Amino acid sequence: MTQTAKIAWKDVTIRFGRQTVLDGLRLEAAEGRSLVIIGGSGEGKSVMLKTALGLIAPDKGRVEIDGRAVRPGQEDDPGVAQIGMLFQSGALFDSLPVWKNVSFRLLHRDHMQADEARERALEALDQVDLDHDVADKRPSQLSGGMLKRAALARAIAARPKILFFDEPTTGLDPVTADVINKLISRQVKQLGATAVSITHDMVSMRAIADDVAMIKDGGILWSGPLNGVETCENSEVCRFVRGESEIA
Amino acid sequence: MNPLRAVGAGVLTLLHAAGSVTWFAIRALAAAVRPPWFGGQLLGQLFRIGFLSLPVVGLTALFTGAALALNIYTGGARFNAESFVPNIVALGIVRELGPVIAALMLAGRVSSGIAAEIGAMRATEQIDALHTLSTDPMRYLIAPRIVAGVIVLPILVFIADVIGVFGGFLVSTNTLDFDATVYVRNTVDILERWDVISGLIKAAVFGFLLTLMGCYHGYNAQGGAQGVGRAATNAVVSAAVLIFAANFLLTSLFV
Repeated sequence: MTQTAKIAWKDVTIRFGRQTVLDGLRLEAAEGRSLVIIGGSGEGKSVMLKTALGLIAPDKGRVEIDGRAVRPGQEDDPGVAQIGMLFQSGALFDSLPVWKNVSFRLLHRDHMQADEARERALEALDQVDLDHDVADKRPSQLSGGMLKRAALARAIAARPKILFFDEPTTGLDPVTADVINKLISRQVKQLGATAVSITHDMVSMRAIADDVAMIKDGGILWSGPLNGVETCENSEVCRFVRGESEIA
Repeated sequence: MNPLRAVGAGVLTLLHAAGSVTWFAIRALAAAVRPPWFGGQLLGQLFRIGFLSLPVVGLTALFTGAALALNIYTGGARFNAESFVPNIVALGIVRELGPVIAALMLAGRVSSGIAAEIGAMRATEQIDALHTLSTDPMRYLIAPRIVAGVIVLPILVFIADVIGVFGGFLVSTNTLDFDATVYVRNTVDILERWDVISGLIKAAVFGFLLTLMGCYHGYNAQGGAQGVGRAATNAVVSAAVLIFAANFLLTSLFV
């Protein structure tokens, strides 16, 4: 990872009470590349993303986007404003139809007129292969796969420079998961965005990663290009990717 | 466990909660007075908190006024003071029962609803999603609800006052043999402007408290469905307690 860092976690420490979740974690996401973070449950992968989103303030250290520290809780942070996020659950707003979900940022932050915002929402739905008749439905009327696509459409609608994906294929059948992986790859390339994903799904990792980092015990155990995982540069990473436990 | 330690822990928990609610209220008020404002959200909340609460507030006020008239008549008869029914019904409803009953009904209907809705949004990461869409949840979710509560409660209480007095009038003229004209005249004569205004000021404060409690408990909900249920319960209980406490304080100021 020798390219310019778009996002950098610099000695980030996060504690919840007596539990240290991240312990001086250092990692960089190179501009224009897709970084996938893997690791066991409870290792702090989601917390890591939330520090970059400004949702959690580090106890020590800082997260930088374009060299500027992210200011937690600030709605107008220029770094966070570049991010489109796909949540594990989709996190679409129940009270709004799909098109208003997809164009939320355009309507409320960019103050775009409703007609224009709807057009952009329909464009985004096209990009994730959803029919236009979905636009006026409520999120509760969509299947799991459609919900993920609609959430992806929301993430890309404002043409962000950074995309975050939190467990993008969790809970989906293999075929739908494959569709989501391909959509993610396509959108990241089309937007030329920097992508950071967290996943347990190794098929997903292989489909969307340029670089991989494994988090363990609050720090980065290993990071490198995807082929480093495949050639087993680190035995622990290798075991994790193969799904092999240490129990005989 | 050392009893002193238990008392100390309890006091610290209480102080922490009070500080946390106060800080939340300050952030909400700051969001309410500074642009950008979400007018659509505010209109929606005015409709949901105000218009949709009319039936429950109206019916409660009607029965409360009617029951109050019967009780005052029964009590007044013990020292030949039955004729004071219209006066006491009017004062009791406008100064005390109208605001308190309406606020308690809304604590049940609105505080719990707000806490459940926002709590569910917390549990399903919708509040985090608002952050990522460069929208402050304090502005989009919290401020419109609290502002709507402060605007709507006085209107609802005014309507409750009229309906409550009318409930007393109906019972008094139909079953207690009061003359309708005399009843209305006595009601109008006894009421002063400050009686009505003080009740409406109470209503605005109650509207703030009950929406604040709904928002606070929902926003800080933890632990999935169970946490959402707990938030709704806590919102109703804390709103009711605060309404009674604020009612006492304001009544002390206004008498």
